[in-house]
Amino acid sequence: MKITFMLNDRKVTWDALPGESLLDFLRRHHVVSVKKGCDGSTCGVCTVLMNHKPVLACTVLAMRCTGEHIHTVEGLADEVEKISEAFGIEGADQCGFCNPGIALSLYALKRENSNAEASEIRQYLEGHLCRCSGYQAQVKAALRYIGGGQS
Amino acid sequence: MKVVNQYVPSVDGKGIMLGRPAFTDDLAEPNSLIVKVLRSPHAFAKIKGIDTKAAEALEGVELVLTHKNVPQKAFTRAGQGYPEPSPHDKFILDRYVRYVGDEVAAVAAVDEKTAEEALRLIEVDYEVLEPVLDLETAIDHSSVIHPEEGIREMFPIGFEPKRNIAASYAMHVGDVDETLKSCDQVVRETFYTQAQAHAMMEPHTVNARMDYQNRLLIYSSTQTPFHVRRILSQALDVPISRIRVIKPRVGGGFGGKQALHGEMLVALTTLRTRKPAKMVFSRQEVFESSYSRHPMRIDIALGAMKDGTLKAMDCKILSDTGAYGEHALTVFMVAGSKVLPLYNKVDAVRFGGQVVYTNKTPAGAYRGYGAIQGNFALESAIDMLCEQLEIDPIQFRQKNMIAEGESSPIFEIMGEGTEGTAMTMETCKLDTCVQRGLELIDWHNKYPRRILPNGRIKSVGMAIAMQGSGIPYIDMGAATIKLNDDGFYNLMVGATDIGQGSDTILTQIAAEVLMTTVDRVIVYSSDSDLTPFDTGAYASSTTYVSGNAVLATAEKMKLMLLEEAAKALGCARESVRFDGQVFTTDSEETITLSQLSNRLYYNEDQQQLTATASYVGTKSPPPFMAGLIEIDLDPETGEFDIVDYVSVVDCGTAINPKLAIGQIEGGIVQGLGMAHFEDVKYTKQGRLITNDFLTYKIPTQQSVKNLQTEIVHSYEASGPFGAKSVGEIGIDTPPAALANAVYHATGVRITSLPITAEKRMAGITAKKGEQQS
Ligand code: FES
Ligand code: FES
Repeated sequence: MKITFMLNDRKVTWDALPGESLLDFLRRHHVVSVKKGCDGSTCGVCTVLMNHKPVLACTVLAMRCTGEHIHTVEGLADEVEKISEAFGIEGADQCGFCNPGIALSLYALKRENSNAEASEIRQYLEGHLCRCSGYQAQVKAALRYIGGGQS
Repeated sequence: MKVVNQYVPSVDGKGIMLGRPAFTDDLAEPNSLIVKVLRSPHAFAKIKGIDTKAAEALEGVELVLTHKNVPQKAFTRAGQGYPEPSPHDKFILDRYVRYVGDEVAAVAAVDEKTAEEALRLIEVDYEVLEPVLDLETAIDHSSVIHPEEGIREMFPIGFEPKRNIAASYAMHVGDVDETLKSCDQVVRETFYTQAQAHAMMEPHTVNARMDYQNRLLIYSSTQTPFHVRRILSQALDVPISRIRVIKPRVGGGFGGKQALHGEMLVALTTLRTRKPAKMVFSRQEVFESSYSRHPMRIDIALGAMKDGTLKAMDCKILSDTGAYGEHALTVFMVAGSKVLPLYNKVDAVRFGGQVVYTNKTPAGAYRGYGAIQGNFALESAIDMLCEQLEIDPIQFRQKNMIAEGESSPIFEIMGEGTEGTAMTMETCKLDTCVQRGLELIDWHNKYPRRILPNGRIKSVGMAIAMQGSGIPYIDMGAATIKLNDDGFYNLMVGATDIGQGSDTILTQIAAEVLMTTVDRVIVYSSDSDLTPFDTGAYASSTTYVSGNAVLATAEKMKLMLLEEAAKALGCARESVRFDGQVFTTDSEETITLSQLSNRLYYNEDQQQLTATASYVGTKSPPPFMAGLIEIDLDPETGEFDIVDYVSVVDCGTAINPKLAIGQIEGGIVQGLGMAHFEDVKYTKQGRLITNDFLTYKIPTQQSVKNLQTEIVHSYEASGPFGAKSVGEIGIDTPPAALANAVYHATGVRITSLPITAEKRMAGITAKKGEQQS
């Protein structure tokens, strides 16, 4: 069945399989920034923005997106570049499998709370598992991004 | 230095965060067949009959594989050098299934749904056998896990499959029994370490296709692309020249991807069907059917004199390799060879034991590779010994630990399944690491504990550790540098970036030698057709081994450039200076690199400049560290918070200090997970309980409040720009440091990992009972 929704501010109409998750749907249509880590709402790497709020794409049915706004990192390149600069400066990049999801959550957090502190960042990002980094550099990078480039 | 030991962001960080296709599954052919595996519901069984007719008849099913229609040649999935120190005890598909989750059959179908449906249609008649689920009763158990013919060791590793022994080993220096007898104080304890899951975020992923030259092209999330190519060729009987393996971006490995997981079945599917095929492990499969860490029972005895001189160490280990013997011997040996030399001044040392098969998920390589297990036992026992001797554990360590200019006979005796290599510590800043660690955590004001007004207890604990830098005389790394017009370079390396940043640091090394910037050196890694050989990302080898290869290659390129510049300028090579951009003669004539390159490719003396060099280590200089923890514990519940973890590390000169700190901190947090809650658990029947992120928790953003990480000044002359390794050392100290801190808080010595709240509480309650009676 065809569904029509807004992907990164452009209207698209794509076919969805019955019962298909937004995650599988996006990847099948080659939006590969959205990663699959668990397919069970437990790791955060599939995060996308739905109407500007982070959601787990493996938990949302593709059908439910009809008429909604979905954003992925591809559609927020300017902001994501800023986040990436901060990650680079703090040495927070490792394998990066978790990074697109974290970038989207950080972008959303900054819009919600432009003064977020370390403890609030840790809380906001708690659902984003990262097995590589030990998290501390990510928090520093997040502070830098939210503070407009300063740490 | 301008590029090395400087701040340089990852060369690929931005592209990956922007979501550019980079990982294995991002690069799969859109119409790939989906390969799915039917997995054993039994811990141990023999397949008496298997009926695949209904599955094969299902529309959309292209292929069904069982033991009846795949090559039957034993191999090892362990991605190690050849011949491997792991037994060849695995068949592509077998008549026996040896753990819950083992492969029974595989199906390739047009989509997921069809593949799953086909799996349901396969009928298997099992003869269920009694499983071996306890490592302590595995040897000479009535069930033999590998009764089959055709399995073998490649060279003597103590392989006795009929006794459920995958490998065994023994060594000694001096007379341990006599020395222990002569000691004023002896500590004997048995420690247990658990299986830990790698839990890398990217599941094991592979896809294959036949390319336009009709060769098999495989993309795999592997740590060892060249070993994958060799092992596939051998097991599938396909000439190695017909296989190309590309390792794209890998989403974390930690040793879990130092083996073949889906490659064999996907390659076979594509070879048989001629169609692209792919497999992405589900998270359950990652937990259940890939690898975990070898659990061990470690019996240790330490003997010392009243004056605090450590005299003897005795270490006996029983290690559990699960259903297959991948990395069985070598992980076991590292539990001695990269642990016991920490205390190199003893008169006698003994190490030995067995690695046994059980009917559990196979154990494999995992960051630390035995050292974390051995370190927990040794560094806990050292504190116990100090307690009995009434000696300060810091002073005891300072007196007995290895120092610069010293050696240990163990280096020469114990290698990777073979003899080792004698070496002297050219760099060992362990003393500085300990000293600086004490300052950073404010040890003297905090040791051993403080009781807070609210009744909680804050305590500290510490441990020291060492690792290695590659496997001498075995691990080889190679690099090629190609000059392009306009004077920028390509750097081709076999080395495998799995997220640790090797592409970045190898680029830095090349850029430093060639006196240019990172953006003028374009790195491409791990493509078996296009890049030179490298053993892969394991054994903490990349910076030291592959880094040295890049260094040598860049130096070769520099000489070639000087040669060509001299020709262009009409003078002798010796009279040309190069600053990375401009060549200048003694008489101040100049030509830029860009002009020279364009001349070489378009105008005169036309030729391609390419340099290649290789490196094999002749030693494995250990990185060292001190790890110190502060916890805040509630004596009523045993619950605690980790307030601080201080790491001070001697990894030689860090090529990229920020990325090196990232390696250390990532290791610390993984090690803390193992130390206090991560635990791979099975039911009594041998079914894995912890098979998702709800049942198997890993550390989150909230797990550790603060990490303080420092790299001390150190220069290892044999390493590239003074570097040693840093990938594994971070994981080693947390278990012992935490156990020691918990002891300082509660007086309870926990000897089995993980150090859970229940164990702490049980200990605290028992302690109270003792005090009352
Ligand atoms: S894939 Fe969606 S939370 Fe893990
Ligand atoms: S960087 Fe690898 S999972 Fe986060």
